[in-house]
Amino acid sequence: MNATTWATQILEVLAALAAAPLFLGWVNMCRAWLQNRRAPSLLLPYHGLRKLFNKDAVIAETASPLFRAAPYVVFGSMVAAAAIIPSMGTRLPFTSAADAIALVGLFAVARVFLSLAAMDTGTAFGTMGARREMMVGFLAEPALLMVIFVASLISATTALPLIAERLATQAIGLYPSLAFTAVAFTMVLLAENARIPVDNPATHLELTMIHEALLLEYSARHLALMEWASALKLFNYACIGFALFVPWGVATGEAGPPALLMSMPVLAGKLAVAGAWLAVIETISAKLRVFRAPEFLATAFLLAVLGLLVHLLLGA
Amino acid sequence: MTVLESHLSAVLVVLALWLAIGFCGLLRQGSLRLVARVLFPTSALCGVALAAVAAASIAAPAETGLLVVGLPDLPMHVRLDALSSAFLFLLGASSAGISIFAAGYFRKGQGTAPGLLCLQYHLFLAAMGFLLVADDAYGFMVAWETMALSSYFLVTAQHGLPEIRRAGFLYVMIAHVGALAVLLSFGVMQGGSWQFTFDAMRSAELTPGWATAAFGLALVGFGAKAGLLPLHVWLPEAHPAAPSPVSALMSGVMLKIAVYGVLRVTFDLLGDPLWWWGLIPVGLGLATALFGVVFAAAQTDMKRLLAYSSIENIGILFTGLGLAIVFYGADMRPLAALALTAVLYHALNHAFMKSLLFLGTGAVLHATGERNLGRLGGLIHRMPWVAWLTLVGVLAIAGLPPLNGFVSEWLLLQSFLFAQEVPHTFVNMLLPLGAPVVALAAALAGYVMVKFYGVIFLGQPREPSLAKAHDASRLEKLGLVWLAAGCVLLGLLPVQVVRALGNVTSQLTGHAVPTAQGWSSLLAPLPDREVSYAPLVLLLVIVAVVAITFLTVRLAYRRAVRRVPPWDCGFVRLDARMQDTAEGFGQPIRHIFQSFFHMERQLPSPFDAAPRYRVTVSDRIWRAFYAPLGGIVQRVADSVAWLQQGRISTYLLYSFITLVLLLAVGL
Repeated sequence: MNATTWATQILEVLAALAAAPLFLGWVNMCRAWLQNRRAPSLLLPYHGLRKLFNKDAVIAETASPLFRAAPYVVFGSMVAAAAIIPSMGTRLPFTSAADAIALVGLFAVARVFLSLAAMDTGTAFGTMGARREMMVGFLAEPALLMVIFVASLISATTALPLIAERLATQAIGLYPSLAFTAVAFTMVLLAENARIPVDNPATHLELTMIHEALLLEYSARHLALMEWASALKLFNYACIGFALFVPWGVATGEAGPPALLMSMPVLAGKLAVAGAWLAVIETISAKLRVFRAPEFLATAFLLAVLGLLVHLLLGA
Repeated sequence: MTVLESHLSAVLVVLALWLAIGFCGLLRQGSLRLVARVLFPTSALCGVALAAVAAASIAAPAETGLLVVGLPDLPMHVRLDALSSAFLFLLGASSAGISIFAAGYFRKGQGTAPGLLCLQYHLFLAAMGFLLVADDAYGFMVAWETMALSSYFLVTAQHGLPEIRRAGFLYVMIAHVGALAVLLSFGVMQGGSWQFTFDAMRSAELTPGWATAAFGLALVGFGAKAGLLPLHVWLPEAHPAAPSPVSALMSGVMLKIAVYGVLRVTFDLLGDPLWWWGLIPVGLGLATALFGVVFAAAQTDMKRLLAYSSIENIGILFTGLGLAIVFYGADMRPLAALALTAVLYHALNHAFMKSLLFLGTGAVLHATGERNLGRLGGLIHRMPWVAWLTLVGVLAIAGLPPLNGFVSEWLLLQSFLFAQEVPHTFVNMLLPLGAPVVALAAALAGYVMVKFYGVIFLGQPREPSLAKAHDASRLEKLGLVWLAAGCVLLGLLPVQVVRALGNVTSQLTGHAVPTAQGWSSLLAPLPDREVSYAPLVLLLVIVAVVAITFLTVRLAYRRAVRRVPPWDCGFVRLDARMQDTAEGFGQPIRHIFQSFFHMERQLPSPFDAAPRYRVTVSDRIWRAFYAPLGGIVQRVADSVAWLQQGRISTYLLYSFITLVLLLAVGL
């Protein structure tokens, strides 16, 4: 526990806060390119946040204090989640306080508060969104947990930074079980971050929306926090993916500032590739009907369980 | 020896006080003031005292004693050890909150008189307490039956209503099937010595076959009380029928008594469980957990929803218990201790959170007169105390960090995760696959709880009459605060709780989950693995982030807040009926888990002038097992009824034939 680890910890959280909207902007940019549109500015999400923070808030008369507290709770749990995920260095002081299971728990906290807040105003779309969000969540959460379990079994710990460190420092990094879980994880990522094929982040078409339906009644600073939190969530998921499946390049062990500096461009490179990959997936797939979403997620869940089984069978 | 020197006698004094309080209720049966102002608050204090004694005695060596009451020449053996202490703490601490709530809850009205209710309630408490210290089959069965009967009368407090009498009948019937199995199990365990003290059972040498029979009977008997599949049918009927404090006591405490029974029999009386026994509770537990939570999602009555959620939690408890047996039998003692700690921790958590939720529904029921979720909504504005305190219970039972439900789930998942060293290859592969089921059940519990809370407390009131709803009374609030505080503390201080439970696991398995010394908040249960959890730190980080964000946003952007009607995509004629109903919110679950349910739908045609949509969801097990069984019993009874001819001469003939037969057999 020295100054470097604390610096790494703070740096990672700040980097996540700063880079999350940028990553979202990058995904949108790639999407626009792939769809033959002129791309919006990479900085558009920042402009959006600034605009929202500078507005008067409009709150429904029917809303309770829970509605106003929820954006802060959702944002807070996403930031806390960012503190557990090893995006640059693996020696994080916060690691021992919360492991990967607690990370899944933090995502669940955000989801539950988001859904409760959507039900709070008592509108038709809010409750519909809450129901669908919870439907996606209850299948995505165990799938994510199973993905993490496989990696935990391989590395004999549930602390995410240690998992990343062990996977990164091992001589052979090829595990058949991780191949299954990587597919499952990608599916969970798409579903949990309201991407195509489960949800469409660019639409407000009433009957198909999930995530946007939850945010309908929010405005100004509350909406800004919610938007920022969902950008953070996407960033967090991407970094979990890196930690589990491409852990190379993070500063492992008692690495000093140089290693940490080296890991920054690596992370940026990974994010650039991941964003482009996400845009490709979203472009080549069509949105599913809402009732096909459980099948999609059940597939993800079963793939993750299959990964677990493969690990137990082959021991790898 | 004075009373206070011995923990055991202190416990017995508290139990005697509960009995005395109960009988005081009879002095003036109709007087609500005596019951509410004096008796129930005193009983809550007794609960606190019991919890304090149990907390002290959990680390102390076991004490035994002899009670010369009841039948001549048949004294009752009592014993207070770590296992009893853990469950006595559960009983005392959660019943303190429930009793103080009950002081504000019971009103005059139809049904049992308050004084009589007070007697039944305290008889129930004292019976559960005595059961936990009983050290022979005689005392245990007397307490077991007293518990079943007193709770039967409590369930049927509103005995004027036929469906409540029916629920009570079902309850008492399954309770007795269970009691028979428990009795037979004791009969097997005495092992030919015909001594029914627990000491004799501990030293009895049973062949593996007989030991298995004893375990199976105990599992059936205690499983019936706990609501394990397929003996769960009484639970969703009896819990909603009872007054809310009684539902809380039954769900929060009585179900745990059944878990205590299995623990006592398996780890203490039988001693050396075979490893494969554990697979049965694991399998049944996983099935029960999934079944319970899926059915909870489909419910429209708030107390039935909670009852099904209790079934889910019982499933989780039995899963952990089975894991502990497997580990213990396979000589993996540290892991057995971990799984057992998860079970005990979850039992304690569930006692607090489920009692809190049941009492919350009780307050709602009093304020609105409604149990149907379809007629509630928006109560957070009218009953802020109840709503916010219930939110604590909801978040806890949904297994969200940093509250208590998460800790026990975390411990259970950890023990599943490292279950891969069981000597049997096939089982070794199969066992970790229980983890996805536990994870799925936990995630579904979150769905159920969002539904429960969102439909009752959030949104707009679905009925105009809800505008007159009032918040809970002061005593009721006190009870809710007590239980909510319990949920928070159990969540934030896992090291202290696990250390205390270590006494129990070292009594049962010879091992305790290692914990850091002092006031550390870092829980690291497996020394050879790097796994740890520190909820206090987690909470501090979240609170710090929220505070910094809030202050930054407030200082940097001083923009106004306007209150307007909800937007809802610009739809102007929004009314409360456009919100999701309980049926609507449960629809995705009914759709996805269609094969679990037997569903009957009545859909309106497009031309109906007054369209009605009705969906009835019922239990397949009831239709496949209980209904035919009931039919067979009825038919047998009908054919036996032929014997009853109503003529004295026939009956004399029966006596004569019996006599002749007996003589023939005798010769």
